[in-house]
This record gives sequence, C-alpha cells and structure tokens, in this order.
Amino acid sequence: MNYFELFKIPVSFDVDLSVLPQTYQQLQRLTHPDKFASGSEQQKLVALQKNAQVNEAYSVLKSPLSRAEYLLSLRGIDLQHEQQTIKDTAFLMQQMEWREELAEIDEQADPLSALSTLELEIQQSVKNDLARLREYLESEQLDANEKAADIIRQLKFLYKMLTEIELKEDSLSDF
Amino acid sequence: MALLQISEPGQSAAPHQRKLAVGIDLGTTNSLVASVRSGEALTLPDTQGRHLLPSVVRYLADSEVVGYDAKQQASLDPSNTIVSVKRFLGRSVADIQTAYPNLPYQFTQSQSPVMAVTSGNVNPVQVSATILAELKTRAEQTLGDELQGAVVTVPAYFDDAQRQGTKDAAALAGLKVLRLLNEPTAAAVAYGLDSGQEGVIAVYDLGGGTFDISVLRLSKGVFEVLSTGGNSALGGDDFDALLVGFIRENSELNGDLSKSLHRTLLDKAKEAKEILSRESAYTVEFEDDSGQQHSVIISVEKFESLIAPLVKNTLKACKRALKDAGLEKEQVIEVVMVGGSTRVPLVCQEVGEFFARTPLTSIDPDKVVAVGAAIQADILVGNKPESDMLLLDVLPLSLGIETMGGLTEKVIHRNTTIPVAKAQEFTTFKDGQTAMMVHVVQGERELVNDCRSLAKFALQGIPPMAAGAAHIRVTFQVDADGLLNVSAMEKSTGVKAQIQVKPSYGLEDSEIAEMLKASMDNAEEDMQARMLKEQQVEAARVQENLQAALDADGAALLEPTEIQTIEVGLAKLNELARGTDKEAIKAAIEQVDKLSEAFAQKRMDQSIKSAFSGQSVDRI
Repeated sequence: MNYFELFKIPVSFDVDLSVLPQTYQQLQRLTHPDKFASGSEQQKLVALQKNAQVNEAYSVLKSPLSRAEYLLSLRGIDLQHEQQTIKDTAFLMQQMEWREELAEIDEQADPLSALSTLELEIQQSVKNDLARLREYLESEQLDANEKAADIIRQLKFLYKMLTEIELKEDSLSDF
Repeated sequence: MALLQISEPGQSAAPHQRKLAVGIDLGTTNSLVASVRSGEALTLPDTQGRHLLPSVVRYLADSEVVGYDAKQQASLDPSNTIVSVKRFLGRSVADIQTAYPNLPYQFTQSQSPVMAVTSGNVNPVQVSATILAELKTRAEQTLGDELQGAVVTVPAYFDDAQRQGTKDAAALAGLKVLRLLNEPTAAAVAYGLDSGQEGVIAVYDLGGGTFDISVLRLSKGVFEVLSTGGNSALGGDDFDALLVGFIRENSELNGDLSKSLHRTLLDKAKEAKEILSRESAYTVEFEDDSGQQHSVIISVEKFESLIAPLVKNTLKACKRALKDAGLEKEQVIEVVMVGGSTRVPLVCQEVGEFFARTPLTSIDPDKVVAVGAAIQADILVGNKPESDMLLLDVLPLSLGIETMGGLTEKVIHRNTTIPVAKAQEFTTFKDGQTAMMVHVVQGERELVNDCRSLAKFALQGIPPMAAGAAHIRVTFQVDADGLLNVSAMEKSTGVKAQIQVKPSYGLEDSEIAEMLKASMDNAEEDMQARMLKEQQVEAARVQENLQAALDADGAALLEPTEIQTIEVGLAKLNELARGTDKEAIKAAIEQVDKLSEAFAQKRMDQSIKSAFSGQSVDRI
C-alpha cells in the first residue's frame, strides 16, 4: 500500500487537503497503539509499525514538496539519498544574492521589514516553482520527471532559506 | 477494534468487573494519584485526607519516609532528604551541579548521579520509584485491589533519557505502565471532556521545576498535539531561588551557608511566594548560622520584578510553539493553566495578556494532570471500549546522529507526531573501514556537543570497501511513549546492530531487575513468581486475541494449512502456560508470534480496507 492508497486518494500531485485530516483521524483510530493497549505484544508492534506509516504518509502528503518527491520515488526517481548538485547557474546566482542579503540584514535601517520583503520575494518564487512542478508532474513529456526533479532540488534550497529567515526573525524580534 | 476482556489466570472471568487503573502525576514538588470511580476521575487522598504527596524522600538507617513527614525534616537532615528529584532524572552529575550549584547531596560517582544517604547509595530512578510505590500503595488500599496498570505523566519537553528514567522508576515500583502521557495533554483531556470544546487550545504548564507549552487541536475526541515547547529546567523552584538570592543580598549573607540554613531559606522563599500571591508584602524572618536574627521585607512589586524575566521567557516559548503549529494567537479558543506556579498572579496576568483571553483555572492546577491521566488510564485498561478518545503526541526534541566534524544530522524533527519510524543512509569515509560508531543525540543545535547525547553504539563487521561504497541505513523508531529504538544495517551485506536506547545516566535492564529483587522480602522466590506470572498473563493474552482473530478472519485471510500451523503453536503454548517453566512459555509465545506475524499484518490492512469501503458507501 503506498501513501496515496493508504489514504484512499488518486496517485497525483493534486490532493484535496480538506479530506486528508478526516481520513487521517480514521486511520489513527484503526492503527494507534493505544487502541491495542490490552492486546498482545505482537498486536502492539504491528499497530506501532502501521501507525508510524500512517503518520509518515500524512506528513508526506500534506506538504507539496514532500508529496512531489514521493510521487517521483514511486516513478523510480529517488531524490532522498542522492548527492546531485544544482547546475542552473542563474538559480545559483540568485541564491547567492539572497544569502548575502540575509547575512547583511542587520545593517539595514529596518531589518525586520527588509526581512519580510525578502521573505515575500522567496515565497513568490516558491509559488511559481510549485506551479511549474505541478505541470511537469502531470505531463507526459519524456524528460518531465527529470525537470520536476530539478525543480524539487531548487525548492529544497528555497524552503531552507525560508527556515533561516524565520530563525533570523526570531532572533531580531525581541517580542 | 473490539477490546476483549481478558481475565488473568487463576481469576474468575467476570465480564463486567471494572479493571483498576490509575493516573499518576509524578511532579517535581508534589505527586498525585487519581482514578475513575463511578464515572468520575478523582484524585485519591491519603488516610489523613491529603491529596498531594510531596515528592520528598528521607532516608533513615533502615527505612524511608515519603511525603509530608520527609518534607518537614528536609532542613534538619538535608543530605539524607532528597527533594525535587525529578530534576535529576536522565541527567549527569555535571549537568545537575551546573544547574543547581547549592545542592546538599553527596554524589558518589563522577558521571551518574548516585547520592550517598545513611542507608547506602540511591539514584534518581530509585527515589522516583519510592514515590511511585507510595502512591501505588495508597491507590490499592483505597480501591481495594491490585492495580492493572497506570498512566504516568511526564513534561512534554522531557527528552528520551528523562522519559526512560520515568518508565524505569515505574517498573521498579511494580507498576505496569499503560502509557507515558505528556502532562499538558493530560490537562487538556481533563478540561476537554468536561466542556466538550472543539478547536485549538493552548496548555500552559508551569510546575515546580519544568515549563511546558503545548498547542493542541481537539476534534471528535481526538486530541492532536500540534506543537510543544518549553524548558525542562525552569519552574517555580527558580522563583524560590531568586527570592533566596534577594534575601541573602538584603541580609548580607555572603559566602557559603550551611546546608540546613540554605534549606530554611528555600522553605521561607516558598512561603513568601505563596503569601505574595494574596498579599502585597511579606517579611521573612530567620536566624543565620552565627545565631544572628534577620528580617527582610519583600514587596509584591519586588517579587514580580525578580521573576519577570523568567515569565517573559515562558511567553517566548508560547510564541514559538504557535509558530511551529502554523497558527496565530487569535486562533486559540482556550488557554488551560496547569501547575502550582500558575497561581502566581503575575503569571496568570501575563499569559492572559499574551493570548488576549482569560485562562481556564476551574480545575485545581495541582490536580488537573492526574485527573486527565486517570481518564486515559481507564480507557487504556479497557473499561470503556466504546470511547472515541485518542491522544496523539509529538516528539518534543529532534533526534539525530553525529556526522563528520562533530555535526548533527537530524533524522526526525521535533513536533513530528509519534509513533514514527524514519531511516537515513550514511556511508564510510575511509577505504576499508569495517566498523562505524553511531552516536545518537537529541536536541536542536547543529553541534553534537550542544545536544544531549543519548547513546553510542558500534556497527561492526562491515566488509572492507572503498570509502563511500558501504551504505549504512540507520532506522529510528519512536513509540507512543516517546521512547526511541535505533537499529543500523549495512545494506549490501545485511550486517545489523540494534539497541534499545538506554540513557547514558540511567539504568540497565539488569540493574532494574536487581533492584526489584532487592526490594522483595523473599527476593529470589518472589522475583521468579512475578516473572512467571507476567509470562502467563501474556500467554493468555496471546491465546485469547489470536483465537478471536482466527475465528473472525482466519478463513478469509489464510489457507487452511496456515490456520492449522498457528493452531498447533497455540495448543503448545496453552499446554506450556499451565506449567511453571517461564522460559519455555516465553519461547512458545515468540514461536506463535512468528507464525502469526503475517496474519496480524494482513488483519491490520484488512481493517483499514473494510473501514473505508464502508465509508465510501456512506458517501454515495
């Protein structure tokens, strides 16, 4: 049973996020080890393993990036354990610019607002990439999967950048 | 899944007999035990009507005193009276002494916090077990029979070592742990069921020694923890310590104090804190080591200015927990207050301002955790098979392993719903490398040295290959209690290593068995009897459950020969379980488990499939 099958949804990048929580709750009721508290050790162990899979599936399906990555893995392209680097120089240049901007944000007159401008810019970029990703994942083109994989690699950088921005935001805002 | 009633061997099967289970709040300052009786969860008082049990144990030459009596004598006999032991669970001596430099205890080892007392040496697990055993006795005397199980609560922010220490203490006290439950989740259960609320709630838990904040979503009986945060070394004791500092400063008591004067000052500070919750000023009076009298006035303003930075610290954690949950303050519909320290008016006021709503305080903040734990214990032990309640907790701190250069590679991120299993692949860095050290750590920082070291183990027998050619898969599995199991395997050869992560400053299973034995009157005999009974109970459970499973689904999921094989195994187990050879029973259980493993998995998958086919019919 793959994660899509487990959640009874079509194997596709498009997922109806409003149904997932309901199905998740139902799967929890069927598999959570607490439901087997008076069962045998074996029942508890089987439940533990199945429930861990339910939790993993839910977290993979919820996020577009991990969902796309998982979809590709079902198609035989494993991005999780690869050491592939990004060759797109334009993207790398953009990355460096953003990183520099983040590193020097303290020197800005209003660091917090500069930070949120940067955040918005990257979020927009994420949005564009997700739209392209969706297209490639649904496409029948020969190299569509490879192109989707490239976008996923880039998106990972962008998400990492967003996390760093959040951390910076935490340290800047004394609250 | 229908929960079957199972009677223990030698007991009559009375289908409607309630099973006795309790919820235990093992607190830093006070502990409580609660149970569901006549449909209501209530804390159980001692013979004198007192519900709280101070978490204090005093060791005499040949006995132990627990609770109020021990607490009273703490300042007379500080080095033999262990208070706030929860702060020492899963910690090294160095950690403890850095955090609490003025402790009156004598640590006998450099690493593991073993304390010398009149009667010998004790460690934090034993001290905790003594407190738990006292509560167990209280419950059994009140309820009139042996307990079938207990839900023991832990701060949500407790790491693996602290959780393992708590579980070991329960085992040592002779309790069957149904679940380690996070304190805030327990509190939410106590409130959630009463009010029938649906939506997002925040639980602010400031106890004696720990602070937790949890953000939960309640929906149709499911309590889903979305995020959790806090500080396992911040609590009301720190308020007391600040007051002691203030008192010393204002009575010019510099330099070392005697242990008993230090204890006296701590007691005075606690008293001041409680009185300042109601009044605007308090005068502390005491006599120092040289017999000089002192009198220090503390105003409520002064007290509040002392603790304000700590309170602000807790609000920062609240902010972070909300962010981790992806929510705004405005989405929180209720704020639940837990822990004695939330009685300090400044705390309640600041929390109320932060969330812009009046916090819930209708259930006694000292009792609310035990009450929630009792409600879950009642369900887990099987008294309410129709219950919809389900508690989904998260991992409070990321788990990872050490990589080159002393860096941490996270394998499971904090706030991941548990149970969870994740695998990560690593490789060798030298040509011909045949062994690899796996160092498991917990924490958020990038450097291994800044995280908590949980365990180190070696994967040996990797065939010599070029650097980077071996693929080592490390699997982390965290159960519903938040406890970790790690296994490692080299993929091409299948060489394996597995460990149950045991805290570096905790106890080995064999040590627990030894201590358990030592605590019994007829040690060897009692121990054997207990272990045999445990195996027999498990054998009965296996038989009942498996037979019911075979009757229900055997024909549909298995070939007749497969059913027969399992039944032969069961018959053998049945025969052995009537005997007294516990090793043989254990082996027979393992054999039956092996024979029926695939069947158990098929049934689980089948239950998922049939549940959904029913639903799709409904939807049409």
